[in-house]
Order: sequence, then C-alpha cells, then structure tokens
Amino acid sequence: MSMFTRAKKRLGKFFQNIFRRKRSRIGIYGPPNAGKTTLANRIVRDCSGDAIGPVSEIPHETRRARRREDVVITGANGNTLLLDIVDTPGVTTKIDYHEFLEYGLEQDEAISRAREATEGVAEAMHWLREDIHGVIYVMDSTLDPFMQVNIMMVGIIESRDLPVVIVANKTDLPDAAPSRIKSAFPQHPVISLSGLEGTNMEELYDMMTEHFR
Amino acid sequence: MIQGVQIELISADRLTNLTTMERIRTILDSVMLGNIVVLEHGLTPDEQSMLIEVTMREIRPGGFSGIEMETYPGKEAESGGLFGRLFKGKKPRQGRMTVIGPAGQLKMLKIERDRLVAWASLTSGG
Repeated sequence: MSMFTRAKKRLGKFFQNIFRRKRSRIGIYGPPNAGKTTLANRIVRDCSGDAIGPVSEIPHETRRARRREDVVITGANGNTLLLDIVDTPGVTTKIDYHEFLEYGLEQDEAISRAREATEGVAEAMHWLREDIHGVIYVMDSTLDPFMQVNIMMVGIIESRDLPVVIVANKTDLPDAAPSRIKSAFPQHPVISLSGLEGTNMEELYDMMTEHFR
Repeated sequence: MIQGVQIELISADRLTNLTTMERIRTILDSVMLGNIVVLEHGLTPDEQSMLIEVTMREIRPGGFSGIEMETYPGKEAESGGLFGRLFKGKKPRQGRMTVIGPAGQLKMLKIERDRLVAWASLTSGG
C-alpha cells in the first residue's frame, strides 16, 4: 500500500472519529465458553430488560451471530451511548464433534452442532472484517490468557484499528486470576467482572461510554 | 516400516510471492495431508483471520477437525501518536515464526515470549 493510500485511510478514520457515527456496532468476541452470551445477556438486561440468547456449559451454544439493536449504555459518569450489541460464536481453530459427545449429546446432534459451529465461527470472522466498529473481548480469567486464539484475535482487532475493551470474566470463580490478563495485554483496558453475578458492570459501562464513542 | 510426521518448513521468500488466498491454501492443503507446517515468518492478522474462516469451511465431522497453530506472543502494539499514525503508516504486522498442524496431532507444551515447545503425534487424535 502506498504512503498516500495509507495517509488517506488514516485521515478517513480521523474524520470518522471527529464526525462520530450515531450508533456503533459492538461485537462481543472471545474463545468458546468464556461467558460471552452471559455477558451480552447481562448488558442487554441491564439496559433494556431483555436477553439476547440462551447459555449452556456445552461449548458452541451460540452458533450464529445475534444482534440486539438500540441498546443504550449509561455510565456512572452520566455519559450515554447508543449501540448495537452483537453476540458472536466462540472463536476457535478446531471443532471436533466428539467433544460434544462427552456432554451427553447424541451423535447426530453432536455432528449437527459441529457443522453449525463451524459456520458460526466463519461468520463471526466475517463480521469482524466487515461490520463491527468496536470489540468487547471476553476471556475466562481462570485460564491462561496466552492461548493462541486470544493472541491472534487481539492482533486481528488491533490491525483493524478497532477500539477494544478486554473483559476478564468469571471473577466469581475461586481460580480467577484477572491480573494475568492485565499483564498479558497491558496495551488495552481490562475490566475484571462476573457476567454471571453482574459484579463490576458499572466499570464496564463507564469504559464503554469512553471507549466506543 | 518407519512411521513419522512430515514437517514442512516454508521460507518467507516462498510465501512473499503468493496472494493471500494462495498462502492460505498452501498452508491448509499441507496441514490437511497431516503435515506440520513451520512458517519462517508468520501470517499477517488479516491472513490469520482468513485462515480461521477457510479452516472452518474445510472441517468435516469424522474427518478434518481443524488446525492447531502457535506463534510467540507478539510485542506490545506501538503507537506513534496521531502525526505518526497519519504519515508514517503502520506496517502490517507480520507474525513471528509460526507452527501449524492438524488439530489433535499437534500439541503445544510450552509457550513463552521467546520459546515454543511442541509435541507431535504420529496419529490423529493422539
């Protein structure tokens, strides 16, 4: 890409930020079972009294990107923000239907879940490249943050110049170590919370109103 | 009969002359044959995103189940301020040396900032 094209692209982004769009589309991304749908439900419930989708301990419960329009986020600082929230399938590089058999699913059901999950992940990647203006990246704070999918996804988000807030989720669990996520990604804001219990959501809303404007 | 895993080391030069989709197909076709691919230079973030998408479309229940891919964690993103970002441009970040193999056959044992330890099984699912 020439220097001129690069400068033009950056100027475009600069002016886009000055004349901000009225409504941003925020994608909730992360690996499977990080608690993305639980968090999406919590945000949507807090802000509109509704839910976005079902949750399950079986990975890949969310197999299609789901969008909730016109969610109004209000921070404790008084700032408000109108958003579309997009809950996406967990991003991974592998899906084996045998994994679902371990959760008691019948073979046909497991195969069909695997097929839908592969389509869902491909779709989520496509959304990220084409239709998302900002990202809430959700990690399970009981797990190693240096999982390849986290490193790769944060790199992809950075390369697209998308604003990102990282959520260190599941702080209600005894093994939670959100500080590991903060040390792994010091270049981004990290909010520790429990989507399940709804703790520390105010800090997330404050960060969202500052970061996704 | 000697059994083993084929390891394919791909130089940066070889990939430079290919288009994004050709690069992804080169890697994925080799991994789908059961090979472990080592890239001298990794893929750009956009290429990684495409690789995930194409991999998902190749997964077949009972057959190919995806890839295992590891690279060293990158360094913190550099920010040169508005002026720098406008006029210097940001080089598309090229990954560092990357190992890609069939899921279930390649397992990473240790991932540090400057060291990867991998284990490869002779059979899939192992």
